[in-house]
Amino acid sequence: MSEPLLRIDGVSKHFGGFAALTEVSIAVAPGERFGLIGPNGSGKTTLINCVSGSLRNESGTITFAGENISKLPAFQRTRRGIARSFQIPRPFTSMSVLENLIVPLEFVAHRGSLHRADTHGEAMAILKEIGLADKALTPSNRLSQVELRKLELARAMAAKPKLLISDEAMAGLAGNEIGEVLDILFKLNAAGITIIMIEHIMQAVMRFSQRVICLDAGRIICEGTPDSIVKNGEVQRAYLGA
Amino acid sequence: MSGQRTWGFWIGAAAVLGLAALAVATVKNEYYFFAAYVVIQFVVLATAWNILGGYAGYVNFGTSAFFGVGAYIAIMLVKYMALPLGLQILAAAAVGGALGFGVGLLTLRLRGIFFSIATVAVTIILETVVINWRYVGGATGIQILRPPVMEPFDSYIKMLFIVIVLVAIVAVAIARFIETSWIGRGLRAIRDNEEAAECTGVPTLRLKLLACTISGALMAAAGAPLAMYQGYVEPASSFNLTYSVSALAMPLIGGTSHWIGPVIGAMLLGTVQQVVTVTISNELNVLVVGVLLVIFVVAAPEGIIGLVQKLRHRLASRKPPP
Repeated sequence: MSEPLLRIDGVSKHFGGFAALTEVSIAVAPGERFGLIGPNGSGKTTLINCVSGSLRNESGTITFAGENISKLPAFQRTRRGIARSFQIPRPFTSMSVLENLIVPLEFVAHRGSLHRADTHGEAMAILKEIGLADKALTPSNRLSQVELRKLELARAMAAKPKLLISDEAMAGLAGNEIGEVLDILFKLNAAGITIIMIEHIMQAVMRFSQRVICLDAGRIICEGTPDSIVKNGEVQRAYLGA
Repeated sequence: MSGQRTWGFWIGAAAVLGLAALAVATVKNEYYFFAAYVVIQFVVLATAWNILGGYAGYVNFGTSAFFGVGAYIAIMLVKYMALPLGLQILAAAAVGGALGFGVGLLTLRLRGIFFSIATVAVTIILETVVINWRYVGGATGIQILRPPVMEPFDSYIKMLFIVIVLVAIVAVAIARFIETSWIGRGLRAIRDNEEAAECTGVPTLRLKLLACTISGALMAAAGAPLAMYQGYVEPASSFNLTYSVSALAMPLIGGTSHWIGPVIGAMLLGTVQQVVTVTISNELNVLVVGVLLVIFVVAAPEGIIGLVQKLRHRLASRKPPP
C-alpha cells in the first residue's frame, strides 16, 4: 500500500462509561474507495466525527496527508482537505442551494483570494456536475430527500476535498435514487477524491468499495474485500443477521 | 448591482443625516429631540444586538451590561479627564469591544439558553461591581455638568441628537457590511447549523467572537452619550434590563434577516414607547414591548421583513408568466 492519506492509530472515545471506540486503527490510501459498515451504535459515526473534528479522540492519533490532525478544530481539518456529508442532511436552511456551496468556497477554497474568485460560477459548475443546477436558487429547505443528499455532497465538494466521508448518503432513498448518488460518488472518486462510505445498504457498499471494515461495539471485527467481508462469520453474526 | 446598492445605502444615509440637520435647524421644541434621541439610541442597540443575536442566532441578554459600561466609561472620561464627546464614544466603543471579546471567550462555547443565561449574569455582575465602586459614585451614581454647546448648535440636546444619528449610521453601515459579506454568510451558517458550518470550513468560534466584539463595541458606543443626555448616570438605570429586552424585541419585530429589520423595529417600538410614556405612563413601556413581541412571535415570527417578503412572493406568484 502506498503512503496512506488517512491513518487512524489506536483511536479510542468514551461517552461517560460507554466505550464508543476502542483502539481503532485504519489506514486509507489515496484514491481508495473505502467502506465502513457495522450495526447501529457500533461507532461508525463516532469514528468519522473524530476524523472530521466534530469530536476529539481521547487517545491515539489521526494523521492526514502526513500531518497529525488530532488536535485541530473541524474547520482546520476541512481546510486541509477532509470534507463530510451528514447522516441526517444539515443544509443551511436560510440560504439557497447555490449559497450553501458558496460558504465552503469562501471559507476554504478561496480563503485569502476571495476578491478574485468567481464563487458563483464555481458553485454552479459543481451543481451541474451533481445534477442540482436547476435548483440553484431554490431555498434549501424546499428540497426533496434525494436533493438534500445531493446538496450535502455538493457542499462537501465545494470545499475541494482530498478525502470525502459520506455518512449514509443513501439512507431513505429509493432504488433509482441510490443509483444516482452512487454514480456521483464514482464520478468524484474518478476525479481523484478518496472516499470513505458509511452505509447500511449492503448492495451499495459491495458495488462501491474496494476495501471494507466492519465495526462492532467500537472495535474492528473484520477487514477485507467486500466479498470476503460478507462471508466472514463474525460479520454475519454481528451485522448481517445470519 | 451590489455597488449600486452600496451607493443607494450611502445616499439614503446622507438623506437621513440631512433630514436630521433640517429638523435641528427648524424645530424649536426640544422635547422632540429628547424623544427622538431615545428612539435612535434604540436603533443602535437593536442593530448591534442583531449582529450576534440575529445573524449568528446567539440570543444575548447582556445588552444593558455593554450599554451601562459605555455610559460609565464616558462619564469617567468627562469627569476626570474632560475628554470631548467624540473621544468618549470612541473610548466606550473600545472598552465595549474588549468586554465583548472577553465575554465571548467565556460564554460563546455555550449554546442556546445556556449562552443567554450567561449574558444575563454579565449584566448582574457588572451592575454589582459598579454599585460597590465608590470611585464611580456607587449606588447613588455620579453627576456631571454639561460642557458648553458647540457651534453651530443652539442646544445641547440637538447636538446629542445629531451625534446619536451619526452613531446609528455607522452602526447600520457596519451591520450591513457584515450581512452582505462572507462574514455574514458565515454567521448565518452558524445560526442554521453550527456543526455543519464548522465542517464546511467556517471558523465558528472566531466569527462569533468577532460578532460579539463588534456588537459590544456598538452597544457601548450607544451608551456613551447617556451621561450627557441625562446629566448623570446611576447603576439602576444604566444597567436596566429593559435595554436588553427592548434590544432583543426590536429586531424580532422588525426582522432579523436583514439590516433594515432592527431599524424598522426600533423606530416602531421606540416611537410607540415614547408615545405611551407621554400619554399614559412610563411603567407601561415594558408591557407594550411584551404585548408587541407576543403578537409578532405568534403572527409574524420572521418580523415585518418576513411579512413583506411573503407578500412579495405571493404577488410574484400571482403574476402570469410572460
